[in-house]
Amino acid sequence: MQDVKEFRPKIVAFCCNWCSYAGADLAGSSRLAYPADVKIIRVPCSCRVNPLFILRAFQRGADGVIMAGCHPGDCHYTSGNYFARRRMTLLFSMLDYLGIERERTRVEWISAAEGAKFSKTMNEFAATVAALGENKRLEDLRCKK
Amino acid sequence: MQRIGVFICHCGTNIAATVDVKAVAEALGREPGVVFSTDYQYMCSESGQTLMRDAIREHKLTGVVVCSCSPRMHETTFRKAAEKEGLNPYMVEIANIREQVSWIHKDVAEATEKAIILGRAAIAKVHLNKPLKAGESPVTKRALVIGGGIAGIQTALDIAEAGFEVDIVEKEPTIGGKMAQIDKTFPTLDCAACILTPKMVDVAQNEKIKIFSYSEVESVKGFVGNFKVAIRKKARYVDEEKCTGCGICTEKCPQKKVPNEFNMGLDTRRAIYIPFAQAVPKVATIDANYCTMMKTGKCGVCQKLCGAGAIDYKQQDTIVEREYGAIVAATGFNPMKPTQYNELGYATCEDVVTSLELERLMNAAGPTAGTLLRPSDKKHPHTIVFVQCVGSRCDAENEKGKPYCSKICCMYTAKHAMLIREKYPDTEVYVFYIDVRTPGKNFDEFYRRAVEQYGVHYVKGQVGKVVEENGVLKVQASDLLSGEQLHIDADLVVLATAVEPDKSARSIATMLTASMDTNDFFTEAHAKLRPVESPTAGIFLSGVCQGPKDIPETVSQASAAAAKVIGLLAKDKLTCNPCVAESDEMLCNGCSSCEKVCPYGAITYTDKEFRGPNRTTLIRRVASVNPAVCQGCGACTVACPSGAMDLKGFSNRQIMAEVDAICKM
Repeated sequence: MQDVKEFRPKIVAFCCNWCSYAGADLAGSSRLAYPADVKIIRVPCSCRVNPLFILRAFQRGADGVIMAGCHPGDCHYTSGNYFARRRMTLLFSMLDYLGIERERTRVEWISAAEGAKFSKTMNEFAATVAALGENKRLEDLRCKK
Repeated sequence: MQRIGVFICHCGTNIAATVDVKAVAEALGREPGVVFSTDYQYMCSESGQTLMRDAIREHKLTGVVVCSCSPRMHETTFRKAAEKEGLNPYMVEIANIREQVSWIHKDVAEATEKAIILGRAAIAKVHLNKPLKAGESPVTKRALVIGGGIAGIQTALDIAEAGFEVDIVEKEPTIGGKMAQIDKTFPTLDCAACILTPKMVDVAQNEKIKIFSYSEVESVKGFVGNFKVAIRKKARYVDEEKCTGCGICTEKCPQKKVPNEFNMGLDTRRAIYIPFAQAVPKVATIDANYCTMMKTGKCGVCQKLCGAGAIDYKQQDTIVEREYGAIVAATGFNPMKPTQYNELGYATCEDVVTSLELERLMNAAGPTAGTLLRPSDKKHPHTIVFVQCVGSRCDAENEKGKPYCSKICCMYTAKHAMLIREKYPDTEVYVFYIDVRTPGKNFDEFYRRAVEQYGVHYVKGQVGKVVEENGVLKVQASDLLSGEQLHIDADLVVLATAVEPDKSARSIATMLTASMDTNDFFTEAHAKLRPVESPTAGIFLSGVCQGPKDIPETVSQASAAAAKVIGLLAKDKLTCNPCVAESDEMLCNGCSSCEKVCPYGAITYTDKEFRGPNRTTLIRRVASVNPAVCQGCGACTVACPSGAMDLKGFSNRQIMAEVDAICKM
């Protein structure tokens, strides 16, 4: 019998420095576990996330990308997350058009006080992406060595 | 090519217990560009920093990656250490392998693998880091305190003491806040007015302090050191400069039926009023909602009587623009109105009161002149039931209440019970509690005195129902320890309602771009190490706006906030955040997309000459960023259609490199 390796998704999480990254810190200091498949990239604000970064992640073989920012209205920079919300809506409808499963991308608003929400969201998202399986459609195999 | 040094912190066993630090150091040591890689027990310690500095010197490092706790914790520490060794502080990156790895993963192999990947992402980023130089901006040597309660008063006095100007903005006609309404203070039982009012007078007499009473903050612009604030001075229809506070108008005004908010609506005041005798500033205010002159145009009694000629029915709101270097939020709290708890009968029975209402009923300056009389029939109550935790410590799902403990209720209820038993020994006092929480200097002793010396009946259990029958409040409650149902015929029921942040706090937080938690308390920059600062630079927190607190705690936090403000105002120049946007003029086509999304107005356009083909010169409109105004959110970088805008420290290439490193595996 061949040992079949369990599928572990690659998940990139963009977290804004002021709310969601702090929420991740709180999840950590409260010891609220979420899968190791989730890797966080810190950005100053959700509005710093260029939709191209998300496409780049898919191109390089990510199976899911999540963007987390301050709750609408609570942005450290007043309006950044509103821009982010619009941009992501556009990107998601484009991904939809390309035939990429809608569940592979997600936007969440997680405040610095919501460590539990951070952990819960990441658990759910990782499970969803794991169930979807590998991202084959957008991965550029030429990027693999 | 960078020469990168990698340092893995054990954080005692916080990291080392779940991450194989040696394996991480070894794996990251093989990454391109890494010339030195090691692990150490405590990187943030003196010896850990020395280790890093020695390595920077010996290996001629041009970039540093520290795999340790969150950058929100020690990024500055490591950057400072690198700077001391002559390395640009912005060549240091942190991989967060504590909060994001060791604390949430149990499996060592899995955790180690993730730590290596996060380390690689940080290394990939450092490869593209550029030395950044922080600019400087001047500091306006004046502070603004929003809120004139004891927190705001103490902060303002301390800042003024250090020689800086302070403005207090208070939305009510007088400063003093909630403490002015309180009768006596625990655990010493000294009278609140006797310790507060001298401070209020100090504020009024201090040359460095300017009070904007009956005023609200209208808008806040700018950034740390350079805030521009518009203050709305609401029309009080009385000239503040002329009014002497003689009070004749407040005695003769024919409109007598205005609920007196200072006495929690337990009695009435006139339409022109001074909230209480020791008000600061002692200036009358006309309540336009009730004033007969304002409503019908006929009356004018106050105007006729005012010897100083201070009454001005045509006064308008005025906007004052002031500049500040630092802003302190001291917006305070309100006790929750327990109207949503139908079972406790607050909305239906007059003799069910909140603790702050009881405070007024017991206050010598209150509606009953200090004699405890129940509101309905003005008779002395013989049986009093206190209900604790009304609206506090509720389940997260319970939308009626708050999840937190309001912290002060156990103590003030013990105080009330004790004062009542002392003054009226014939009164039976019951306190229904979930837990009695009295940590604090001399606090538990105080509570025990209430039980042991004053014979207050403390019952662990909850009150289920309060119904009024023939002037008697039938209280149905459970005694959890004996497992019995209790039926008490009470004359007065007092609800210890939850502490709620003031309603104005959220709009103020939005103006200040200061973050708040889900309960509308201001968030501190670090829960333990920076408890009086907001994560937003230049904004400080004082008092209950940050979380429930008693008076001694509020005062110490107020002084702490003042110390932080003084530290800021004492500087002549501030270093700005160098991670700001920059525009590549060669790529910019002057389309204005970036300007539209910039929340700070940091982007301007100028016409510049460029060299065109065949030795011609072209004039093009290009964007430029004012680094002193830009806060580095990055909105413009994504809006830019030509890719001319980039954010220093979080550049497109840096973030892409991190994405690539994470997806590589």
